[in-house]
Amino acid sequence: MAGRNGTATIGAATGGAQITFLEAIRQAMFEEMERDPTVLLMGEDVGVYGGAFKTSEGLLERFGWERVIDTPISESAIIGAACGMSYVGLRPICEMQFIDFIVCAFNQITNFVAKGHYLWNAPAPIVIRGPSGGGVHGGPFHSANPEMYFVHTPGLKVIYPSTPYDAKGLLKAAVRDNNPVLFFEHKFLYRRIKGEVPADDYTVPIGKAEVRREGKHLTILSYAAMMHTSLEAADALAQEGIEAEVIDLRTLLPLDEETILNSVKNTNKCLVVHEDTKTGGIAGEIAAILFEKAFQDLDGPLVRVTALDTPVPYAPTLEEYFLPNAKKVFAAAKELARY
Amino acid sequence: MAKEMSRELTRQQYLDLYYYMRLNRAVEENMVKLFRQNKIVGGLYSSLGQEAISVGTCYALEKKDWIAPMIRNIGALLVKGVPPRDIFMQHMAKYDSPTKGRDGTSHFGDLDNLHIVSPISMLGDLIPVMTGIAIGARYLGQKVVAMTWIGDGGSSTGVFHEGLNFAATQKAPFVLILENNLWAYSTPVRRQVPLENLADRAKAYGIDSYIVDGNNVVAVYNTAREAVERASAGEGPILIEAKTFRRLGHAQHDPAEYVPKEMRAYWEARDPIALYEKFLTAEKLLDAAGKKEIDKKLDTLLTAEREFAENSPLPPPEFAEGGIYCTGDDCHKIRAKWERPIAEVTPPKSSVTPVWTVPGFGSGKGSGGAAAPIHFGDAPAAMEKPSENGRPAKTATKGTPKKAKAMSASASRKTRR
Repeated sequence: MAGRNGTATIGAATGGAQITFLEAIRQAMFEEMERDPTVLLMGEDVGVYGGAFKTSEGLLERFGWERVIDTPISESAIIGAACGMSYVGLRPICEMQFIDFIVCAFNQITNFVAKGHYLWNAPAPIVIRGPSGGGVHGGPFHSANPEMYFVHTPGLKVIYPSTPYDAKGLLKAAVRDNNPVLFFEHKFLYRRIKGEVPADDYTVPIGKAEVRREGKHLTILSYAAMMHTSLEAADALAQEGIEAEVIDLRTLLPLDEETILNSVKNTNKCLVVHEDTKTGGIAGEIAAILFEKAFQDLDGPLVRVTALDTPVPYAPTLEEYFLPNAKKVFAAAKELARY
Repeated sequence: MAKEMSRELTRQQYLDLYYYMRLNRAVEENMVKLFRQNKIVGGLYSSLGQEAISVGTCYALEKKDWIAPMIRNIGALLVKGVPPRDIFMQHMAKYDSPTKGRDGTSHFGDLDNLHIVSPISMLGDLIPVMTGIAIGARYLGQKVVAMTWIGDGGSSTGVFHEGLNFAATQKAPFVLILENNLWAYSTPVRRQVPLENLADRAKAYGIDSYIVDGNNVVAVYNTAREAVERASAGEGPILIEAKTFRRLGHAQHDPAEYVPKEMRAYWEARDPIALYEKFLTAEKLLDAAGKKEIDKKLDTLLTAEREFAENSPLPPPEFAEGGIYCTGDDCHKIRAKWERPIAEVTPPKSSVTPVWTVPGFGSGKGSGGAAAPIHFGDAPAAMEKPSENGRPAKTATKGTPKKAKAMSASASRKTRR
């Protein structure tokens, strides 16, 4: 993959078209709404404007005002209403204009939507999606990775893809799922990453990680933008004779423990790279799983390369220092490989 | 009271209202007994003195309509058709209860048959959820109304505002009953809301509202019926403030000593069931024999229902696990009941303007019902044309702007400093 400023190409090569990450998301929504009249889109500026990032461009023209709903700036109302819609058999997609704002609806999501099936047998097939992540100088309120607030909530599913192929296939799977699914779209990838997607309808299973690069010396677990960073680091490591296995988690809840354990049992070393802050990040949970289920297989400590435990800072110098990058991953992996 | 109560209902309707209020009270009296016998696992909340609201409002709905009751709306559940045993078992955490012991109190629902959405303890959340049901059902072509309740305290939440505002922008067929029982736990309504009438909040959303005596069941029913008919006819959401009083504490544990004695005495003399009995007797709709018959009916019913509930087991411990996710069609079929041609919402026909959009860009209805102007002030043109010297053109029109003057005054004050 090219550096952070270039456009990379990745994905399943199946003879389909090369599209951006953003286009993959738009296509997924378009095709699902075309396929199923119970699928609606709701959010701030998703209609006339086509979404702040243009992920819903053309949807209003195609599907009309009843299916593409511009809402007031009321995240709780959006999620609450989506929940109600799902109770009458609809499958609404809610856009958070930036995923940072999802916490404005925290109560609706964690208390109402997530608990319904367990408590009173009420599934809520809704998708909550939006642009997340840093590296684009969005500052502390437009760069967040709030996935772990929700990974801690039983009843939700949490997806965070890294390629156009997965973004499209997983978003379609999310729409068809009977549970509330949170779908994080790393905005750094929106227009920088291109990949092939098949011309025909397909889905990618929720809850399955994917081995992006095979290797025997250590396992690097990552997701979203950091998956590309990890692959970049793995290329550099290979130059030094260290073969890293890179796994794209894709779904954070439910986590694909099997794929993680299979790889670590083979490489005996594990590095987790995420853009989320360190404390309470998924790396800690993975560490616990490895200690519980693969303790005897580990030849070295579990290493974390993550963002700092601070808000996402605004100035480019600060943000660059805050975020993990290929260099940091490379250094940490090299150190781990020595065990 | 007699006057408002004299609007023509059928004899059966009058008696239904009475029966459900009595049933509401009797179910709760039974639960107080169970609570004192330590058979209720958690808290017990009471709607004593508020039965006319739950019963009168829900009775205004049809079977197909949707409700989401709050903690003091057991009467609404009963009117909708929930058997008392379900309510007993919920409170007793029984395995045969609607939530099989996973939640208590009136926290349960029934999406498929009775169209009931479960509340959660966080107040206000049901308002956007029921808005979603109203919009969603309308989208499917169903002619249904969604109704939920909120207290004076719950009307202070942010989601109350978000939900009602969204409902208003969508003209959702939604009726919100605001039960002003004067107390939010120990906090009196004046410290929740600095308004005489909480119905005034409707003005902020450009929707209509009613104020009704919450202890007069026929008035409550008539008001709710009108609101439901209007909401159903596409007039948008309606807020009803029902004025009442919470006769007991927040829950069983709370003796509510913070309530002034005179206040309690005033409302105890206005018991909704006693008032209604007087009316029914005067109208010759109920006599001593009829009343006795209902006493007996309730006693027989609730003894059986309570017995069933008491005999139900607690859930097996391992039932705590699992059930987090819907596993697919074998678990739940998500099915929409279309009552309009699907072609209307699929391309190429789907790009139509819905009838409920507010006409005109930036316009809306003012609180007086007149269309609000697109521009603020009387002379929009002057504001749009830049003047020659680059400063805003002066508006000679009268009435502009008290605010503008005030602003410039303060600005000049600043300059002088």
